[in-house]
Amino acid sequence: MEEALARSLAVGEARWADAAFAAVLAAIDPSGLGGLSLRSGPGPVRDLFLEEFLDLLPEGAPVRRAPAHVGVERLVGGLDLAAALAEGRAKVERGLLAEADGGLLLIAMAERLDRGAAAVIAAAIDEGVVRIERSGASRVDPARFLTLMLDEGEEAHERPPATLLERIAFQIELDAVPWRCVAPFSVDPDAVQAARDLLGAVSVTPEMETALDGACRALGAPSLRTLSFVLRAARASAALAGREAVEEADAESAVRLVLGARAAFAETDSEPQAEAAPSDPQNDQSPEPADDTGAAEIGTLQDRLIAAVAADVGAGLAGLEAASRRRRASETGAAGEKTAARDRGRPVGSRPGDPRKDGRLDVLATLRAAAPWKRLRGAGPGAPTPVRFRDLQVKHFEHRAGSAVIFVVDASGSAALHRLGEAKGAVERLLADCYARRDEVALIAFRGEGAELLLPPTRSLVRAKRALAQTPGGGGTPLAAGLAAAHLLAEQEAGRGRTPYIVVLSDGRANIALDRTPGRPQAMADAERLAKKLADAPGAALFFDTGPRPDPRAAALAALMQADYRPLPAADGATISRAVRSALGSA
Amino acid sequence: MVRFPFSAIVGQDDLKSALLMTAVDRSIGGVLAFGDRGAGKSTAIRALAGLAPKSVVVADCPFRCSPDAPAGLCALCEGGGTLKTRTEPAPVVDLPLGATEDRVVGALDLERALAHGEKRFEPGLLARANGGFLYIDEVNLLEDHLVDVLLDVAASGVNVVEREGLSVRHPAQFVLVGSGNPEEGELRPQLLDRFGLSVDVRTPTDVKERIDVVRRRDAFERDPEGFAKSYARKDAAIRRKIETARGAIDAIETPDDILEACTRLCIALGTDGLRGELTLMRTARARAALDGRSAVKIADVRAVAPLALGHRLRKDPLDDAGAGVRVDRAVAEVLS
Repeated sequence: MEEALARSLAVGEARWADAAFAAVLAAIDPSGLGGLSLRSGPGPVRDLFLEEFLDLLPEGAPVRRAPAHVGVERLVGGLDLAAALAEGRAKVERGLLAEADGGLLLIAMAERLDRGAAAVIAAAIDEGVVRIERSGASRVDPARFLTLMLDEGEEAHERPPATLLERIAFQIELDAVPWRCVAPFSVDPDAVQAARDLLGAVSVTPEMETALDGACRALGAPSLRTLSFVLRAARASAALAGREAVEEADAESAVRLVLGARAAFAETDSEPQAEAAPSDPQNDQSPEPADDTGAAEIGTLQDRLIAAVAADVGAGLAGLEAASRRRRASETGAAGEKTAARDRGRPVGSRPGDPRKDGRLDVLATLRAAAPWKRLRGAGPGAPTPVRFRDLQVKHFEHRAGSAVIFVVDASGSAALHRLGEAKGAVERLLADCYARRDEVALIAFRGEGAELLLPPTRSLVRAKRALAQTPGGGGTPLAAGLAAAHLLAEQEAGRGRTPYIVVLSDGRANIALDRTPGRPQAMADAERLAKKLADAPGAALFFDTGPRPDPRAAALAALMQADYRPLPAADGATISRAVRSALGSA
Repeated sequence: MVRFPFSAIVGQDDLKSALLMTAVDRSIGGVLAFGDRGAGKSTAIRALAGLAPKSVVVADCPFRCSPDAPAGLCALCEGGGTLKTRTEPAPVVDLPLGATEDRVVGALDLERALAHGEKRFEPGLLARANGGFLYIDEVNLLEDHLVDVLLDVAASGVNVVEREGLSVRHPAQFVLVGSGNPEEGELRPQLLDRFGLSVDVRTPTDVKERIDVVRRRDAFERDPEGFAKSYARKDAAIRRKIETARGAIDAIETPDDILEACTRLCIALGTDGLRGELTLMRTARARAALDGRSAVKIADVRAVAPLALGHRLRKDPLDDAGAGVRVDRAVAEVLS
């Protein structure tokens, strides 16, 4: 016990030290390193980190906070309505991105950030400017900022959008850090400034570049942005030490800090890096070194760099597992409901209407409608524009915010492979189909003793194909575990503003209970309990009975779930996807 | 804002040649760059602005009317008698994701309306892109109603605005250029079809190339002006090459056996409609023109087939082979 405690304290201290180091490097080279994401629940550890990090920024640097549900309008800016109304002139109001120029953009609960908003932020990071083409305003403003994403995701797939993770150097994990391990960063602000001044002069040898590139690819992070981050982090580290040349220690830190988390995630989920990485980087790196010793040196240097990460990856995985085990607190669920209650639809333009009946008044469109009549209605230049009832314009929202189709597939027993194969076919068909554009599809398989989320919700056919390429089957039938996983995912998706739609493929004959013990009576009782619970979950459900003959037990489960019951002895992907599509269409 | 010079882009040969060919012959109809994150898709596309060929436009026309555009002139130029013209580089206009419909199609000029009660049309991005290129990064995330507008205008070459008591129509002929990452979702088939060429962008795997990319990016960020200047001559050479090819393209011969090969290839791949065949032929011609030849060779067809046809194949969820592989297979069979 003592030993375990000592070990976890040691891990915590190492993690905190790394986090602090990453923060300092980001403050030294903000434009080169982009920023960091911080995976941690709220609490004193995160608070201290934030406080210390803000202290590292240059004095007077702006800090702007964007909530996860931030609208594109607020990020980009647009017409200043107050000025338009009061002064009768079109003034552009800057959005958060332009306001954060020269400072920090802090995104709260980034794992819930809408992908549209993420793409807008990503565009600003790429170009260092924000392009406003909104509501009558057209302008380009500088927007160079550090990005700090607060990631409160609990499940492994609840992560900030990949578009943004790709554009920041460091992914920090603080959940495994006990309070006892943290301390102020102990960095002299003058040292940070001195490092900034020195940064331009720091050089990297070609051998080091090659070794770092090899490390990136060997660890499953082949993106060129990642390579650039590793090089920049190594330079910032050298600059902090007051050196003009990158040494092996700098490279080691850079590889650990930038690649550690990326390597960990490449192992836990199916990001494209994992597959694109050449399995044997030694063979295809061919910079034709001058002689054999040169190549050998690069090889061993690269090995040492990778070794620096390997130890850390294990720790990262342990931390992730701990985070996943933590049960979802009831407060989090409540917050999700609230978000969903807000109108998450997309505005798709405005039409004349009565805001008391038809929805939200679009002030800008109303003014546009009224303005041409200004003179006719007897108002002179400079006077306010008279607005009549028929000018009123109402915002129209696209109400279908998108569905999340959650497949729950019985992968047990002998028919497993066939069923899984057909479910995969259905998933791919649904995704390939253009009508499903706004919908996301996920797949949970249950077999043996439990359930596994094989495909986290996605809209990408490419991802789905990769995730479902190798799926095992066979063993017992833990139906209850499958339904429990579906319930959890349905709630998460509802929290993101999507309508969950659960599709069960099973013969309804459970034989593994929730506590993983075999035995039909308990297993069926558990399954029934969860089916009842699912009836209260948001969204609708469809139950395909895949048994050779329709089974009353399956029908009963479907009834408990309040799901549409369909016997389908010869499940085939086309029928399933058609049924789901028509159900979605009528929903 | 200084742009990264086109000639400084390392690798990306497919994307670069696709952009050049569509700059030579606009009727090829644009480029879609789909692929890995961080491979420099948008850098290459934005660099095109530095090379865009010059075109003749009516001076003072808010819609950048071209005196000899097939889609005709706007109402202003139509009634304007003898038109004064000037020559300027074709614009490359960014359509940012956060754009609203009023800025894309154009709308009532709010400031004039509010201050003076005057009804005047303020042209949008489609007018700005007339005669040039319209670039959409993360094109698969574009809002549906904007996609509808784009599809409509791209098909007709005319932007018709009927809103807020305004009634305006003006020519809007642009080459659509898009980029995106397939992990963010599929592209609507109708929109996919509007792109003449599609390029599958991959992160380079050659160490030397990778390090070169990062080094040049670094050098550019340290001193954008100086860096751009050091590549100015190379960029100018490419621009001259485009202009020469543009001048020569009408005279380029396409032998009958080449036309037949194009047809056979399209049949073998089962691409719908004539658009694929037409694009294939035009692209092959543009390649010959850039190469300074006077006739199209079978090698041209072979080289451009994946670009012109890859995105026109029917999606087959059960065929795991990528589009590129399927085209290559057909090329090997038909053009052997």
